[in-house]
Amino acid sequence: MKILTEHIDVQGIETIDVFRKHGGYTAVEKALKKMTPDEVTEEVKKSGLRGRGGAGFPMGMKWSFLAKPEGVPRYLVCNADESEPGTFKDHYLMMKSPHTLIEGMIVSSYALGANTSYIYIRGELMYVATILEKAIQEAKDKGLLGKNILGSGYDLELHVQLGGGAYICGEETALLESLEGKRGNPRNKPPFPAVKGLWQCPTVVNNVESIAATSWIVNNGGDEYAKIGIGRSTGTKLISVSGHVRKPGVYELPLGLSVEDFIYSDDWCGGIRDGHKLKAVVAGGSSVPILPAELILKTANGENRLMTYESLSDGGFVSGTMLGSGGFVVMDERTCIVHNTLTFGRFYHHESCGQCSPCREGTGWMDKVLYRIEHGKGRQEDIDLLVDVAKKIEGNTICPLGDAAAWPVAAAIRHFRDEFEWHINHPEKATQKGAVFMREGASWSM
Amino acid sequence: MKVTIDNITIDVESGTTIMNAARQIGSHVAPPAMCYYEPLKGSGGKCRGCLVKVTAGSEKDPRPMPKLVPSCITQVQDGMVVENTISEQVLETRKGIVEFLLLNHPLDCPVCDQAGECDLQNFAFEHGVSKTRTVEERNTFEPVDLGPYIKLNMNRCILCYRCVYTADQITDGRVHGVMNRGDHAEISTYIEKAIDNDFSGNVIDVCPVGALTDKTYRFKSRVWFSKPEDASCSCGKCSGKVTLWYRGDEVIRVTARKNEWGEVKEFICNTCRFERKKTSEWTLEGPTKIAGKSVISANKYGANTITPAFPLKQAAAQYKQIDDSRDTSFLVPQKQLN
Repeated sequence: MKILTEHIDVQGIETIDVFRKHGGYTAVEKALKKMTPDEVTEEVKKSGLRGRGGAGFPMGMKWSFLAKPEGVPRYLVCNADESEPGTFKDHYLMMKSPHTLIEGMIVSSYALGANTSYIYIRGELMYVATILEKAIQEAKDKGLLGKNILGSGYDLELHVQLGGGAYICGEETALLESLEGKRGNPRNKPPFPAVKGLWQCPTVVNNVESIAATSWIVNNGGDEYAKIGIGRSTGTKLISVSGHVRKPGVYELPLGLSVEDFIYSDDWCGGIRDGHKLKAVVAGGSSVPILPAELILKTANGENRLMTYESLSDGGFVSGTMLGSGGFVVMDERTCIVHNTLTFGRFYHHESCGQCSPCREGTGWMDKVLYRIEHGKGRQEDIDLLVDVAKKIEGNTICPLGDAAAWPVAAAIRHFRDEFEWHINHPEKATQKGAVFMREGASWSM
Repeated sequence: MKVTIDNITIDVESGTTIMNAARQIGSHVAPPAMCYYEPLKGSGGKCRGCLVKVTAGSEKDPRPMPKLVPSCITQVQDGMVVENTISEQVLETRKGIVEFLLLNHPLDCPVCDQAGECDLQNFAFEHGVSKTRTVEERNTFEPVDLGPYIKLNMNRCILCYRCVYTADQITDGRVHGVMNRGDHAEISTYIEKAIDNDFSGNVIDVCPVGALTDKTYRFKSRVWFSKPEDASCSCGKCSGKVTLWYRGDEVIRVTARKNEWGEVKEFICNTCRFERKKTSEWTLEGPTKIAGKSVISANKYGANTITPAFPLKQAAAQYKQIDDSRDTSFLVPQKQLN
């Protein structure tokens, strides 16, 4: 079952004519001509679509929080900043089929009553921005954007805005600051963007994938969408797989597929590369807790783990993780978890905006300690120190970057403490090139 | 609106923040503020030193808030119950915040001009621990001259953004801000352009630490050796209400007047601050009232004086209790203790 990527491999799908030949922009016609904005919102609510950017907040509910005072403009902002290490699904979708996003933007903007909408994309993806701008121009020429779209009386201007390439600008309020032309520092909340967002006006910020899914929902109805998936995890999800699998790439899967199938089935990732064994998986982008092989395939209760929001977070952070943004990083037994954690730690150190003290200082501290451990200069007390620093950052910061920096470190130590200890106790072995600790009796050891 | 902070209930106006409600009760309840500065719009929420626990959101919705909230920007609700110093979690978190703030802060209080009136020093004294856990090298920056009057020592900066807001809100043509990101972020004037504005000197007063210092005063005296005296003059540019800091008969420094929370309500101009350093140019109004907590009030005529809460012997014992591994013998000879 494919919704977003059904026609993605069709030659020329990035042009409006081919896109329309494959059923493109029918949702715009249906929504603008036959439905009221509230009816569109109602369909999205019924679909149970949850935000695909990482938090998984129900999109219809987010829309219904939007304040609608008289005489004040409202904005829809598409978050195409996608800077989470391991996640590259939006990039793929926008690059291959820009009109899928633009169609969703028109439908969503109509539902929210926004007459100006923005796609905020990070600076490194300049060439994708060019593709989007070309597609917007095409849509304008066909009367699908601009004044009085398809004679419905609804106006929409769509702008693409390039960011400077900061991870923090993927946080919605930092994104809005950046969009306003300021330094990308997250705002204190409340007030939330739904009340005071872009230029202090009510604003909805949604992920690319969420917005793109709305056009299918308008065409086929929210109930149809809700039939896909399990429980509160409805619809399909783009998962970007990287790491030691035979077939890395972007997959669109119906939520509810089992993790084991996803990794080992030839329809999906095709198993671990070159006959190696699965050691660990980061299931939803670098900021979610890492899980060892036995916990990613089965929950702590021995149930099969599924690709859903609920199943992946089963067991909380003790034995679970999160679906996050769908950056699925698979690691085989040759991967050094300490090195991997250092890589993540260094990233968050580099990307912290420096506004609030726990994140600014804590990320730098964790990076330095991890660097020492990886390079054979760790001390026995460093492991507990890392756990404590992570605990003191978590929940005490302005935005979720602090949590995102703390979780991977805490989880790596929770599940692979022996590996950290081995690094500290055997620095001469651990610093050798390619040296990896093998836990006795573990499913991934030789 | 009724709000209960540390078991003390007070009636405040709607729209008041938890911080200001606590300040109305008194300094023993008020959370520490490193970045919040009431006269500056938009300040607060950054240092996380004032995090408090809300055990009941409001009368209507008495659920506790899931995370600690910054008291300086969180507005009270009717029937809210807040725990500040009576919550273990809050105190534990504050220890962490002190540790974070000191992580890259040089421990150069003995040569720092701010020592004695430093918010970070007070915060660390009240909420910190006596032992450091870090062995990492500190990030360092070169000191920079910001024009003829102001020296920036970025090493000491805790990025509270107060000076940025000051420059933004009370001077025209702001030329300085924050550059870079994370723990390598710095206050800078962009290609080291001089701060040249009649009210630029106020960034020194709002700085909670010794990052921005007065070049006409640097290294002249420890603050607790000088006597503060309120004075005024008829200045065309500002209110002319200042505090003169005397050593002997000499005015060694002029600052704006700070209230009991260390906040300046009436900012002063550079002429008053840097140029008028003769008693004859001022009308004296009497000794400055300094908040009881400050070390400056020790041994001052007419001001509050600090008496140690416990005798020396107990103090030494207390020290040992906090941290047994620390050698306190050099502080008090063993003979005297017995």
